[in-house]
Amino acid sequence: MKFLVYIETDMGDVVASSWEALGAARSLSEDVEAVVIGDKISAVVEETIQRGAKKVYVVEDETRAMFDLERHLADVKQALAASGADAFLASHTNNGRDLAAALGVEQGAGVIADALALELEDGRLKGVRGVYSGNILVDVTIDGTPQIATLRPRAFAPAEKMADASGDVVLQDPADVDSPYLIQEVQRAEKGEISLTEASIIVSGGRGVAKDPELGFDLIRELASVLGAAVGASRAAVDAGYISYDHQVGQTGKVVRPDLYIACGISGAVQHLAGMGSSKIIVAINKDPEAPIFSVANYGIVGDLFEVVPALTEAAREKLNK
Amino acid sequence: MRYLVCIKQTPDTAELPKISPEEAASGKLSVNLVVNPWDEHAIEAGLQLMENYGGTTGAVTVGDENAIDALRSALAMGCKDATLVKHTDEVDAWGVAELLAAAVKHDGQVDVVLTGQMTVDGNSGLVPVALARKLGWPVLTSVAKVVELGDGQITVERVVGQSRLTVQTSTPVVLSVIKEIGEPRYPTFINIRKAARVKIPELTAADLGVEPPAPVIHMSNFRKPPARDAQVKLFEGTPQEAAAALIDALLEEKVL
Ligand SMILES: Cc1cc2nc3c(=O)[nH]c(=O)nc-3n(C[C@H](O)[C@H](O)[C@H](O)COP(=O)(O)OP(=O)(O)OC[C@H]3O[C@@H](n4cnc5c(N)ncnc54)[C@H](O)[C@@H]3O)c2cc1C
Ligand SMILES: Nc1ncnc2c1ncn2[C@@H]1O[C@H](COP(=O)(O)O)[C@@H](O)[C@H]1O
Repeated sequence: MKFLVYIETDMGDVVASSWEALGAARSLSEDVEAVVIGDKISAVVEETIQRGAKKVYVVEDETRAMFDLERHLADVKQALAASGADAFLASHTNNGRDLAAALGVEQGAGVIADALALELEDGRLKGVRGVYSGNILVDVTIDGTPQIATLRPRAFAPAEKMADASGDVVLQDPADVDSPYLIQEVQRAEKGEISLTEASIIVSGGRGVAKDPELGFDLIRELASVLGAAVGASRAAVDAGYISYDHQVGQTGKVVRPDLYIACGISGAVQHLAGMGSSKIIVAINKDPEAPIFSVANYGIVGDLFEVVPALTEAAREKLNK
Repeated sequence: MRYLVCIKQTPDTAELPKISPEEAASGKLSVNLVVNPWDEHAIEAGLQLMENYGGTTGAVTVGDENAIDALRSALAMGCKDATLVKHTDEVDAWGVAELLAAAVKHDGQVDVVLTGQMTVDGNSGLVPVALARKLGWPVLTSVAKVVELGDGQITVERVVGQSRLTVQTSTPVVLSVIKEIGEPRYPTFINIRKAARVKIPELTAADLGVEPPAPVIHMSNFRKPPARDAQVKLFEGTPQEAAAALIDALLEEKVL
């Protein structure tokens, strides 16, 4: 089976979870090609080959610097036609999801959305995904061509770089389409801020910081910075205005999947667990030994986060030599 | 201006863990059903547009008879009208999009279609874009704020990945919204009373002149995810002692 993998870029940078889609394709097939659309993307194209794509369709154009559903969809359709791939994979980012939905509905082809696992069965893709907010797992099969799947970030191993990789680059003209979208302004996160969905470590704060929210989140940020972690929060912390919504983890926030999730002053409501329940290791810092978070945690400290978090930062600094 | 909010009736999030694989597979749930939480934000967005730019906001759902309760909630929040697209045959995201698109065309006046970001039961997030493609309209997902609407144009702020984008497009348009758009307002007593009495119109696929496509997404083998083998290990002593022991354990686990 032949795969075409969408390597998402943004202002010339790769969206790192794309490598996981490439890794998934490579684990299922020898015949893996990729499509890279963007501007100033030669480094990304090269890395796509190093990570094992046999052929890369490249659309490099100023109008492609940022994702545009109309333009990127048209480019992907050209690449699919040129490649003749049977399956199309992308990371389940906001843009990857939108692209897959538009492609699938147009072709009348099914999409395995937000897949947690993928395999081949009788020459077709079969996926596993969560429904009911991860409380139930299902197998998913799809009809139609191409077979389309979007992959939950951090659920698949990224494609490794290979020493002896080689691949062809096929330059493709940007598809001739008009876009209805005009981007007027872009505000980016500060450099160095780690995205929650891509983070391997997350330190989160909840209502437990209430007696001094500013200090509480400063302590949490400091621990995060020593650990190279992203900062998360419960809805209670967001709704109280302690931190902005883009940090919210859970049912109506972000679904995350880090190796390590440290919940500080978070009780562990089901809606919070819906966002972080599949973290590999969960640590709870909570002054209430009865808090439900302890029933999903691997490790815990019963205590006041205002004392425990700085002690953790100190211990981490020492033991990680930072 | 005319705004139409697409809402789905979904399980109360507090009860999601109680759903059994058998219930999930049959779709016959014993849990309490409410308006999908993301869609409450979409209703709020529709009501704000009505307040800021005039016009009327309606709600529409594709579902069975019971989904009328969700529509009553939308009316109680302040929507001016509600429509049930009654459909009980199995449909996937494309089928739902087909029926919603037909309902939008049947309405005939709509400038802005509003949706949630995803459903807490299906979790696909595919419907908003699929709906827009069926209508041939532009779509803006993850909308945090409507900056301006008028003259056949709309400007919004979207939060995508780590960036906040200000984007303009033409109307009519489909928007999917995130929580930042505004906290859903509480229904007023008067609206609750009114909503309880309204006769909610029902349309079928045949009334709308469409036949939703047969599902191309098939789910099977419904099961509970493997339980976390979480026997929590607590560290005791002074905060310093406990912290040092915890960091050692995390190093041992190779997650630091
Ligand atoms: C439709 C819907 C969607 C929702 N979506 C989300 C979502 O996306 N994300 C989310 O998180 N929630 C969500 N919720 C809310 C959820 O139900 C809980 O209300 C919320 O998660 C509670 O946040 P919390 O744990 O910070 O606060 P609390 O439940 O108040 O817990 C605070 C914890 O801090 C501990 N504590 C207090 N002081 C200290 C201290 N000094 N040191 C250590 N520990 C301390 C307490 O013992 C307690 O366990 C949603 C709810 C609904 C109905
Ligand atoms: N049956 C339905 N009726 C009306 N709107 C729906 C329905 N299903 C999904 N939607 C809308 O599409 C959004 C995304 O749903 P989904 O793509 O199914 O996760 C929801 O938040 C709703 O706004």
